[in-house]
Amino acid sequence: MYGKGLRALSISTVVVMAVALGLVFFWVPLEADQGFLQKIFYVHVPLAIVSLCGFVAGGIFAIQHLRTRDQKWDYRSYVAIHMSLIFGLATLITGSIWAKGSWGHWWEWSEPTLVSFLIVFLLYATYQPLRFAIEDPERQSRYASVFAITAGAFVPLNFIAVRSSTAFVHPRVLGATSNLPWQMSLTFLVSLLGMALLFTTLCKYELTVKHTRAQLRALKRLAERREGKATASLPARGRSAAPSLHATAMTAHAPEVRGR
Amino acid sequence: MTTALLAELPALPLHEAGKYVAAAYVVLFAMVLVYVAIMAIRQSKLERDLAELLAREQRLAKGAGAAPATDASSERESTPA
Repeated sequence: MYGKGLRALSISTVVVMAVALGLVFFWVPLEADQGFLQKIFYVHVPLAIVSLCGFVAGGIFAIQHLRTRDQKWDYRSYVAIHMSLIFGLATLITGSIWAKGSWGHWWEWSEPTLVSFLIVFLLYATYQPLRFAIEDPERQSRYASVFAITAGAFVPLNFIAVRSSTAFVHPRVLGATSNLPWQMSLTFLVSLLGMALLFTTLCKYELTVKHTRAQLRALKRLAERREGKATASLPARGRSAAPSLHATAMTAHAPEVRGR
Repeated sequence: MTTALLAELPALPLHEAGKYVAAAYVVLFAMVLVYVAIMAIRQSKLERDLAELLAREQRLAKGAGAAPATDASSERESTPA
């Protein structure tokens, strides 16, 4: 189900990432002001954009979950937010490295873009503990969806607020006033595409593995039930931050297993 | 061919900024590598669980004397990846 098209997606990711690296290091001209240091732009900005889009996507999946009550949307929301957190961490680290090289400091507290991204990251860092704190899977997924929608709405609002009140310390290279040369724009777009593909591929991997694990667990339970053993012999799903896919796995494969 | 291609490529003007750029890209690839390693561990655990389930099914089939061993292998093939 989730593994469909994974191979093609993985290959496309590797190819686009390799092309992006080739363009970054061997084709695109050096920036006049920052020189070689500006190459961080092609990894840092796509990471930030993909991460923020992932948070918003998590919110959209959460809306779908509340509308349909289908667990798969909660699962998608969880994986999108989980992956965005990883990308967000990479954004913060690469941003700090760039800041050190460019400004001489690892962090600048008076810079609104940095601080606002940190706030968004910390906000989403509470997502997993929130889920873990609620034992009942139904309530857990419902509350997590409400959180994902609220926080997902906060992301673009925060972005717009920072952009419209910025002190012009953070470089603004994208937008209506952009004067990025076409080689840099093209390289940036390829890097962004590569990063988006990487995000999608990793999400798909995560979904596939989690779904397979849930199905295997359901199969084990059915096998035990058929053997007449008490279902308690397999430990019930303990407290976990990850959503439960138990119902989906059972309905998708139970008749096939029972028939044998 | 690779050597010829590398010889043709322009030298990178690393200077002072080289270490920062290298660090930024290494961070990204290290994180991806760690993630892939975690996924590989999960995958191997899944394989172990699947093999365990398969072995149990085969034992049951032998005990019942009804289902041939090929049933178990066809089940494995039908399990989604």
